[in-house]
Amino acid sequence: MIAFIVRRLVGAVALLLVISAVTFLIFFGLPRLAGTSSDTLAARFAGKSPTPETITAIKERFGFDDPLVVQYGHFLHDLVLGGTYDTGTDKIHCAAPCLGYSFRTNQNVTDMLLDRLPITFSLVIGAAVIWLLVGVSIGVLSALKRGSLFDRAAMMVALAGVSLPIYFTGLLSLAFVVHGWGLLPPVNYSSFLSNPFSWAGALILPWVTLAFLYAAMYARLTRAGMLETMSEDYIRTARAKGLPERTVITKHALRASLTPLLTIFGLDFGLLFGGAVLTEKTFSLKGLGSLALDGVIGSDLPVVLGTVLTTAVFVVVANLVVDILYGVVDPRVRFS
Amino acid sequence: MGDEQRAELLDGPAGEDAAARPPSAFLEVRDLKIHFPTDDGLVKSVDGLSFTLERGRTLGIVGESGSGKSVTSLGILGLHNRRNARVSGEIWLDGKELVGASPDDVRRLRGREMAMIFQDPLSAMHPFYTVGHQIIEAYRVHNDVSKKVARKHAIDMLGRVGIPKPDRRVDDYPHQFSGGMRQRAMIAMALSCDPELLIADEPTTALDVTVQAQILDLIRDLQQEFNSAIIMITHDLGVVAELSDDVLVMYAGRCVEYTSVDDAFHRPLHPYTWGLLGSMPRLDRARSERLNPIKGSPPSLINVPQGCAFNPRCAYAALNEGRSESERPELVELEPGHSAACHLPLEKRREIWDAEIRPTL
Repeated sequence: MIAFIVRRLVGAVALLLVISAVTFLIFFGLPRLAGTSSDTLAARFAGKSPTPETITAIKERFGFDDPLVVQYGHFLHDLVLGGTYDTGTDKIHCAAPCLGYSFRTNQNVTDMLLDRLPITFSLVIGAAVIWLLVGVSIGVLSALKRGSLFDRAAMMVALAGVSLPIYFTGLLSLAFVVHGWGLLPPVNYSSFLSNPFSWAGALILPWVTLAFLYAAMYARLTRAGMLETMSEDYIRTARAKGLPERTVITKHALRASLTPLLTIFGLDFGLLFGGAVLTEKTFSLKGLGSLALDGVIGSDLPVVLGTVLTTAVFVVVANLVVDILYGVVDPRVRFS
Repeated sequence: MGDEQRAELLDGPAGEDAAARPPSAFLEVRDLKIHFPTDDGLVKSVDGLSFTLERGRTLGIVGESGSGKSVTSLGILGLHNRRNARVSGEIWLDGKELVGASPDDVRRLRGREMAMIFQDPLSAMHPFYTVGHQIIEAYRVHNDVSKKVARKHAIDMLGRVGIPKPDRRVDDYPHQFSGGMRQRAMIAMALSCDPELLIADEPTTALDVTVQAQILDLIRDLQQEFNSAIIMITHDLGVVAELSDDVLVMYAGRCVEYTSVDDAFHRPLHPYTWGLLGSMPRLDRARSERLNPIKGSPPSLINVPQGCAFNPRCAYAALNEGRSESERPELVELEPGHSAACHLPLEKRREIWDAEIRPTL
């Protein structure tokens, strides 16, 4: 088991290295091919109508003229060990993990990410709790009452949930629940630590909106998995032993049909931690997703690189956790 | 079960008519029909099957795939979903009628009085639970004992079916067992509550040949020990010859021949049984003569051929002047304990068997 975890950890680190290299290449290498010179890059950082001296100074400070490999080396060095930037008048130390400074706001990217993380975490964890509870229960009930009115209604709603984009359901719910009927306060994030109630109150609508989409997917997946499991030979065996139907379902069928969901949940969860872009934008939540979007729109390369890497870390870690959990849940994985 | 309860079951919804004819045997199946309504039509998987079985005896049910063997066994255990299967007829197990009994009453009998061994022990055991856990579970549903006692019983059962070091293997998962060992564990699970009726649905099909013989030996030994009645479902006549006392040959959901194992192999009276016997490979013949398969394939259970269901594949149907195509032959007791459903005159059948069939076997 330990060997398995160590092996997976080493693999995860290697994967992250590859992802960082590819992302770096995409954002710093490809623009060069498309004709972006180091001068344009520096100009982006410098702001409006810079003098040639400023541009040269910026190029030097960020090493825009160095070969890509050297630039990537610097990036990795700063990421792992931290780095020092010479502004000409001052030396700024950027502590590890250093992802550089925003071209737009000149802020430390790591700090920006850390600022946004609690918002995205709050949004995603809350939504995940809702969609797991609702989606899985509906899926199980639908499978058990296959063909019933409940099943058909639930699957219709689920189809709608999967099809409707978040900016539609989100805006609709904002329009009615908040502005039309005044049932909930406007979405205005406040820290969980300062006031858990206003934290939850502000996030209910984003939670439900995001959870609606995922609950719909999970309901359909759970239903399909449950139906498949219920026709397995070992379910027939369980019944042949004379087990009550309740035991057959909860102990034999549920465990087997929910295990594959774990994989999908790990992926979704990790990916959303990197930013639930649509939900955040719809509800004006300043999370990682909206940061990434702003970075892309403003060609703010360090910010984009930082958000992409953060997302990659979350996805890789979530997958690692899922793999380890799988070993716990499914004995066949444990021994092979 | 108390007498009052038994009387209640007897008077159950199986019909006043049924209660008037108390069963004489340990297991008695009367006119069992299991139909499945589908979009394409009514699938008559089992269409009027009757047989009896005493404790300590073995009945072999043989037939091709799709002849209704497995559907019958699941029907006896009450494992068909009542929403999509129509079951009628009577199943009397030790004085209790099962078709009309409530699902929960049948459930309580499952595993305790009647148990089943399935074909593929790998898919029939839950991959996430240890073998021991699954046996303990089967034992504790019907016996109010502590986990510790049940575990001891599980180890004991594993030992009895010939699994070495049962106290260690009890904590292994099914995938850690070999095929033969898994089938032994499956048998241990089925026998954990000492059932009086054991249904084995092709218990050796998924196993390799050397293991098959071991498993059959094991089943025979355990039968002697427990004195249970066994229904052996198979398409392998070798298995039947090995274990059975009686043979029931099924074709298209109906019984075509029902007799003792001796008669089935030495004096069979149905052309389909002849075909099955001819389909057994013989190593002592020239290669071209080793196998005489039955031509054609089993009929669809939605559109069973008019008349005798076997007539499109029967080499002797033409001798009946059209009766085979128009009239369904009834199962008739031709000799004491030997019934067959065929239009051919009995003398003619004996003649064909002696002159044409036996020499080629």
